Amino acid sequence: MRQIVLFVVKNKNFLLFLLLFCFSLGTTIQSHIFHRNSFINSANWLTGGIYGTVADISGYFSLQTYNERLIDENARLREQLINTAGTATDSLVIDTIGQQEKYRLYKANVYKNSYVAAKNYLLINKGATAGIKKDMGVITSLGIVGIVENTSDNYAMVQSVLNTNSQVNASLKNTRHFGTLSWNPYEDDYQHVQLTDIPRQAPVKVGDTIITGGMSSIFPKGILIGTISSFSLTESKNAYIIDVKLSNDMTNVGYVYIINNADKKEIEELEDTLQNE
Amino acid sequence: MNNAVVTLTIRFLVLVLFQVALLNHMTVHILGDTNPYLYILFIIWYPITDSDDRLIFIFLSFLIGLSIDLFSDSGGIHAASSVLIGYLRKPYMRLSFGVGYEQQAQKLSQSSYAQRFIYLSLMIVTHHLTMYSLESFSFASMGYVLQKTLLTSLFTLILVLLTISIFSKKQ
Repeated sequence: MRQIVLFVVKNKNFLLFLLLFCFSLGTTIQSHIFHRNSFINSANWLTGGIYGTVADISGYFSLQTYNERLIDENARLREQLINTAGTATDSLVIDTIGQQEKYRLYKANVYKNSYVAAKNYLLINKGATAGIKKDMGVITSLGIVGIVENTSDNYAMVQSVLNTNSQVNASLKNTRHFGTLSWNPYEDDYQHVQLTDIPRQAPVKVGDTIITGGMSSIFPKGILIGTISSFSLTESKNAYIIDVKLSNDMTNVGYVYIINNADKKEIEELEDTLQNE
Repeated sequence: MNNAVVTLTIRFLVLVLFQVALLNHMTVHILGDTNPYLYILFIIWYPITDSDDRLIFIFLSFLIGLSIDLFSDSGGIHAASSVLIGYLRKPYMRLSFGVGYEQQAQKLSQSSYAQRFIYLSLMIVTHHLTMYSLESFSFASMGYVLQKTLLTSLFTLILVLLTISIFSKKQ
């Protein structure tokens, strides 16, 4: 017993180091395996509050950009409104129960954004109390941003599309060929993502628009992702690997919309019954 | 509360806030994108004392790394690399300043340029190499890890040297 005590006292520095090092290794491995940050994340009152103060101050420097984006979006929406106003809709809707909106949009302010690491996350100032839940899509007027991964009461963490764990269903705008959008920090930078699994038959051209595919319940169909900057065939020559330039400026996000799909629960339940059989 | 504890607490808080509020947004776009990590200056510049304080020092190194992790949603990569250089600081100091550095109670700003450069490079490169290895977590991306380590180390080193020269007291 005395020997053990003496050993601990003699090597106390090394033992403390070992303990703390193993603890941090454990949390690192956890974040790699389970694709989420369990308890070491910035969605809490302390870090959220500090980031909030910083965002309040630094927000002023980007006001001009955000205002221009808003005006652009307003112009686009007004254009749609004017053009649809003249067209006569079908005279009478008998069943109004099915007329509720399928998608609801919440707005939020981005408190923290990163784009240099391999796993990038955003922190937004809306959380569970505002109705934000895991796996909701996050977009701006310019295109997609990411998917909600964790929520606390007042904050939510968003997994950026610039994250090695990110997988988004995407399709070509002209045709309906769809594939998977992912990001590789070793090859791509923060402006480019990769679209894989587009079959060889698809007509692909540089400059073509890529939109969300609507195959998942996270993003509705048709939200802008970006344009094709280059493409090549895979080694087996049956699918394309497409480099997509994001339409969104991921270094300056500012304000975001969070999409809530009202049918999501129903879709997931249906999928679950299929898997169980 | 004595003076040294107050100074260290302020230094800790200022470095964490400076890192997460400013430096994490100051991306350097040369040969890839990196952020310099100035917060390890806390570990580098911790006052040299006798071995009794080492336990607290190792814990504080861990704590500053954990704080950065908490803010940047990075799992535990900063905590792991910070506690590693906290533990390795003593052998590194022996290596760069010679065995008798404890008796001389030497200040970092009073050492020669060569000694200071060796010490800083050892600390910074060890930290960044550990951090990027843990971040990518695969042997396949060794090239990426090395490139990022070298690049970021360079920027961190410049920033650390600048900060030391600004804040060290003139004799």
